[in-house]
Amino acid sequence: MEHFLALVTKPDNVPILAILFLIPYFMWLSYRQARQTDITGVPSDAALNDKVYVWPYLCRNEFICAIIVMLVLGVWSIMIDAPLEEPSDPTKTPNPSKAPWYFLALQEMLVYFDPWIAGVVLPGLIIAGLIAIPYIDINPKGKGYYTIKERPFALAVFSFGFIVLWIVLMIVGTFLRGPGWNFFAPWEYWDPHLVVPLTNVNLSYLFGIRSETTANFFGFVVVAGYFSVGPIFYLWKRNSSRFLQELGLVRYVVVSFLFLTMMALPIKMILRIFFNVKYIWVSPWFNI
Amino acid sequence: MNEERKGLKEKITNSDIWRSIFRHGYEDTGRRYTLQILQNVWLHLHPPRVSRHALNFRFTWCMGGITFLMFLVTAVTGVLLMFYYRPTAEYAFRDVQYLEFDIPFGMLLRNMHRWAAHGMVISVMLHMFRVFLTGSYKKPREFNWAVGVILLLVTFFLSFTGYLLPWDQLAFWAVTVGTNMARATPVLGHEGPFAPQDITQSNDVRFALLAGTIVGPSTLLRFYILHCVAVPLLASVLMALHFWRVRKDGGISGPL
Repeated sequence: MEHFLALVTKPDNVPILAILFLIPYFMWLSYRQARQTDITGVPSDAALNDKVYVWPYLCRNEFICAIIVMLVLGVWSIMIDAPLEEPSDPTKTPNPSKAPWYFLALQEMLVYFDPWIAGVVLPGLIIAGLIAIPYIDINPKGKGYYTIKERPFALAVFSFGFIVLWIVLMIVGTFLRGPGWNFFAPWEYWDPHLVVPLTNVNLSYLFGIRSETTANFFGFVVVAGYFSVGPIFYLWKRNSSRFLQELGLVRYVVVSFLFLTMMALPIKMILRIFFNVKYIWVSPWFNI
Repeated sequence: MNEERKGLKEKITNSDIWRSIFRHGYEDTGRRYTLQILQNVWLHLHPPRVSRHALNFRFTWCMGGITFLMFLVTAVTGVLLMFYYRPTAEYAFRDVQYLEFDIPFGMLLRNMHRWAAHGMVISVMLHMFRVFLTGSYKKPREFNWAVGVILLLVTFFLSFTGYLLPWDQLAFWAVTVGTNMARATPVLGHEGPFAPQDITQSNDVRFALLAGTIVGPSTLLRFYILHCVAVPLLASVLMALHFWRVRKDGGISGPL
């Protein structure tokens, strides 16, 4: 526990402590406003056209905000010194070796996926997916105000991705991952000699498949089947859903691919944690 | 009483001494407020008027502005730090120690730079979260959202390249771990899937990033130049574009 307190109060982990407070606060703040909009209705055009002079009203706010932020930064800088460890030594690898805190969600993904997926493909898709958001979200409502009722799907997906898959994984990576990147609860001692049995097996093995070729084919079927959930849903609902017709095939394919890729992470996490599954698809060229 | 005070005020402002110092009074008119914005090089980024809800902290969380402020703080403190820092393996660590122990306010300077950088990473993530929650990326602001995503990456990269510069164990291994994944880039990394045979660890994408097969002196120089010159320039250009588009796309988002 002492050791956990030392970890939490490490200077470089202060931003994570700040995030622990800031994220719930802003979620609460936005939720309250969204609920109010959903009850009382969308603000009218009149409210939008109610204009004020930037000087002095906006400039005053900016000035006050800047002073408060500089005060906080000043106190933070006086109270807490930036860390400086011993000189770098390529022959002395610390255990655990951690990336900067804002990349720890990515490092955490390495537990569940091979580096080429966790370190390259998924980050690339995160960026591409973020950029794609305005082009695939064709819902014209909910622009310029907080609401939940008018865009529940968009909010649920983004909040899940941002809060759970980015912020929470970052916090887990910082505070709960010890030597060997093993999971340690806050009260557990970070034992560098901890022996963790590697009992993970591939999904095909769980299904009793022993031949490599069959396992390769089995993995392909599972992964292809997972990603074809999207197209099948489209073919099934295309005629009855106005929403799908408005969205169009191309946008739908992008949305379903990005969504299924995102959900692959929690699915793989559950498979790993509860069923000890290592890979879903083992092929001669890559493993997923 | 009030009348008397008003009389006194006029007496003072009409006196020869007062008028010799202040050429004219401050008109309380919309024209005056508009000119204040238009004629000021630092403020002309703003429109003369904004909708009232743009002033609302609960709506904007001030996060975009705070991100920009943090960028300015890191730019100013960063320039000052550059006076005391040499990006070579022999000197880098010692220069940071020298800065901390011998330069007046050196420690404070370094703290401000580091904490402002961390603050910028937090505020830029919260800014993105706010923009999403208010649906502000929707038409006509699609492209500005894309610019914002690139700026988020640039912020991460700025912070990441700066992380190496103290050249201590923390810096060295964080950057080693952070760049290790580039080995596994499909096709372009020597350990990635589908890598051609001529891609080795001394010509793959990780080599381009590190200027070597491990983090070494040339990596330090490379990251230093990226951190102090190349990426800040890119960030400035993108920020100019980002702010310009905020105005061209109709100012801060609101219900339309």
